[in-house]
Amino acid sequence: MSKMESENIYYEGRIKVPYKWYVGETGSRFFIALRDKKEIWGIRCPRCRKVYVPPVKNCWECFIPTKEWVRLKDTGTLESFTVVHYPNEVIPKKPPVVYGLIKIDGADGSLLHFVGDIDISELKTGMRVRAVFADERAGNILDIKHFAPIP
Amino acid sequence: MEKIAIVGVGQTTYEKSKEDTFAEIVFEAATLALSDAGGDIGDIDNVVTVSNDFWDGRTISSMAVMDAAGSWDKDISTVEGDGIFGALYGMMRSLSGSFNTTLVVAHVKGSEGKMNLITNAMFDPIYQRGLGIDATSSAALQARCYMEASGAIEEDFALVSVKNHRNAINNPYSQLPMEITVEDVMKSKKIAEPLKLLDCSPISDGAAAIILTNESGLKRFKKDPVWIRGVGHCSDSYTLGYRDLANPRALKDAAYKAYKMAGIKDPMKELDAVELYDAYSYMEPLWYEGLGLAPEGKGPDLIKSGATNMNSDLPVNPSGGVISAHPVMVAGLARLIEAVLQIRSEADKRQVKGAKTALAHGINGPCGQAHGVFIVGI
Amino acid sequence: MGKRTAIVGFGQTYQRSSRKDVNGVELINEAVIAALADAELTIKDIDAVVIGNMDHFEGINYVDMWSVEGSGGVMKPIMKVTTGGTTGTTVAMCAYYHVASGMFDKVLAIGWEKNSESDTTGAIITAFDPIWERPNIGGAIAGLAVEASKYMDNYGITERDGARVAVRERLHALNNPYAHLHQEWMKGMEADKIVDLLVTSEQNQMLAYPLRMSDMCPRTDGAAAVIFASEDIAEKIAPIPAWVISTANRHNYVYLGDINWDANDTLEAASRKVFEKAGVKEPLKEIDICEIYLPYSYAGLKWMESIGFCGPGQGPRLVWDGVTDMDGELPVNPSGGVMSSNPIGATALLRVGEAAWQIMGKAGPRQVKKDVNLALATGFGGCNWADVMLLGKKRPS
Ligand SMILES: [Zn+2]
Repeated sequence: MSKMESENIYYEGRIKVPYKWYVGETGSRFFIALRDKKEIWGIRCPRCRKVYVPPVKNCWECFIPTKEWVRLKDTGTLESFTVVHYPNEVIPKKPPVVYGLIKIDGADGSLLHFVGDIDISELKTGMRVRAVFADERAGNILDIKHFAPIP
Repeated sequence: MEKIAIVGVGQTTYEKSKEDTFAEIVFEAATLALSDAGGDIGDIDNVVTVSNDFWDGRTISSMAVMDAAGSWDKDISTVEGDGIFGALYGMMRSLSGSFNTTLVVAHVKGSEGKMNLITNAMFDPIYQRGLGIDATSSAALQARCYMEASGAIEEDFALVSVKNHRNAINNPYSQLPMEITVEDVMKSKKIAEPLKLLDCSPISDGAAAIILTNESGLKRFKKDPVWIRGVGHCSDSYTLGYRDLANPRALKDAAYKAYKMAGIKDPMKELDAVELYDAYSYMEPLWYEGLGLAPEGKGPDLIKSGATNMNSDLPVNPSGGVISAHPVMVAGLARLIEAVLQIRSEADKRQVKGAKTALAHGINGPCGQAHGVFIVGI
Repeated sequence: MGKRTAIVGFGQTYQRSSRKDVNGVELINEAVIAALADAELTIKDIDAVVIGNMDHFEGINYVDMWSVEGSGGVMKPIMKVTTGGTTGTTVAMCAYYHVASGMFDKVLAIGWEKNSESDTTGAIITAFDPIWERPNIGGAIAGLAVEASKYMDNYGITERDGARVAVRERLHALNNPYAHLHQEWMKGMEADKIVDLLVTSEQNQMLAYPLRMSDMCPRTDGAAAVIFASEDIAEKIAPIPAWVISTANRHNYVYLGDINWDANDTLEAASRKVFEKAGVKEPLKEIDICEIYLPYSYAGLKWMESIGFCGPGQGPRLVWDGVTDMDGELPVNPSGGVMSSNPIGATALLRVGEAAWQIMGKAGPRQVKKDVNLALATGFGGCNWADVMLLGKKRPS
């Protein structure tokens, strides 16, 4: 009588679906200003007056449409940061990579982005940073290269 | 409102890599829960499965486990989120009058996907994803926000890792039982500062199942019921920079509802055991605050006090917690199962003596955006 | 016992081939705002939110978390449920059980999809077993073509019969301003004349015999939201709420290869369960309108039989006799159905919302011209899975 053999066979695959995510009219205006003028704009809720960056079409606290665009500075304060030491194919940089939550002057919350041009040992929360724009800008979040400390 | 009981629980061991398929581990957990309850699949009126298409690498991931969950010719639905939310939906279905008994089963095989890619996909594709952020790097940002707000230091977080990995030694289902020191944690490899390797949970494979019933369905099973005394769930906002990462207000809200339903006024005194979702070490003291076990900013003091150790005032994560075994989607349901075992006095070496009221907690989304809380008791 | 539950509000976006002007979160917000306006509620009134879609269609993991700022779920209980094409009815059922459990009074159910953002066929293929079926499957159309030709062979059904269903759906869609496909050229033409054109036209490309372009549903960007409320407040919110009389589903199959192509047995079993609970004995006589999830034309024949509206092979007669037209005994899909709008995660929820509006008398130009006491909504998806929900004007006893 023959017998069944045992071995752990696996099937390798990768889900590859192409996507194009529409930014929407509101977000597109933000990216156009970033790309063409190196300007950071926020949007203000008419009721609670909160300024959102990235912009939102609707204030999610008040649940009403936002309307008023606000030109913001390219400076801000580092609220939190992390130094990532592992490589990851979706990070467009080699480790160590520094992520920060940057509260841009005039905004009510922070923007998630990279922190660069810095000696890692000098990172601390509360430090002042300024946006460094990418030389080649394509109308996406990487049009800001990173935020760098203000000397 | 009618009362709902948990009459059966089953879980596979949680391992780095299991050979069995999704369907096979679901069948194992479901079968264990049925035999634990002293019933069979014919006693089940409807089924809720829990899975995630990204983790499973499959659209309509629930399709892979319909037969294994015993749902043939039964009503069935699928929650995509932590298993604690599957348990919540199961409870609602048993309360609705349409069904008496509900089987809830969750599964994941973390070994078959890539965590960093899968969790990168939970970030907004327009504003955040292109930066390559993932579950661990975002958690690191939260850990530092919490350090700023509470004055905690990394050594405080390390205490969680030491306590929970030690507790895991008593749990045969756990993946990483370890006797380690604060120094070991501090010296472990830097992952995403301030998080080091031993501050982070592993990625696990496993499945877990529970059987819920209303009072009418109770007689179908031999097992004594453990009653659900309170539940609550709530989600905070999504955008990381606009959510106060150091203030788990959604957990406060969920816990408040659960305590109110259970008639609990002083959780630190009235709870006997807590199983919470410590995907990263810092989460435990932060969730203490959300659960009202410690005042705002005082979570680190509670871990330092030793009051949450085994054989102390309120043991937290007697099972070793999520930091010792992290089957995503399953982990919250595993917390609930551990809480049930505590109430039944069936937790063997990890038993908290005389436990009468226990809390289980699950989370969803980046940095614990949403929370689910169960209070179970006799 | 649980609480009696009713639908008190429904809102949707205009269903379109592509909504480039909004992102997913903004699209969801439009439907939520519309549903709240319909019920004359604000987001503060909502106690819990349920949402669903297909992860790989937009490539977003944890959509419930990501969309919370558009769905209105911030600092509310929120849950994601998803089951493929049946997602919309799965969401509706989940919201129903939220309320029926007695735990929540007013629950918002949301379904959405932006099919324009991905390769939907590529994503659908990933639904099938990666080891056994994914390598050799050709997307959704092949399976449906097999079902259709089997049905044709069993009962002598013709291509004209299938086309007649397509014509009904497209003619009805002309009354629905929200529908994606508005085939204006059909306006005012006799149904059988349009059928002749569809089965002979070379422009109407044959995709997989017997299915032509006109037999299929489109890919749509859109969102829908439905508000469920408990018996304690439903009548205070809506003058005529649409009560959930009964609901059931069957998701039996795992492998395409196991499906019984002779009968839609999951739809049959789920319908039987719903009618049994509701005490419906003669569905054709007792039910006033249907919103049936028909992903392609021939389903509009065979599945009528599965639900129990007629006997085996009798579907075509029902349709040719005009029974299922707007002025017939049982109008089917006054909205134009799935073949006119298919934002997948929202598609089945649209069936529920449209059926509710027929009861509430709010369907505008697509309101049927008769009293609607019972309305049936269904969902189809997964691996020949079926969801059924029966709504009624009379508060259940
Ligand atoms: Zn506002």
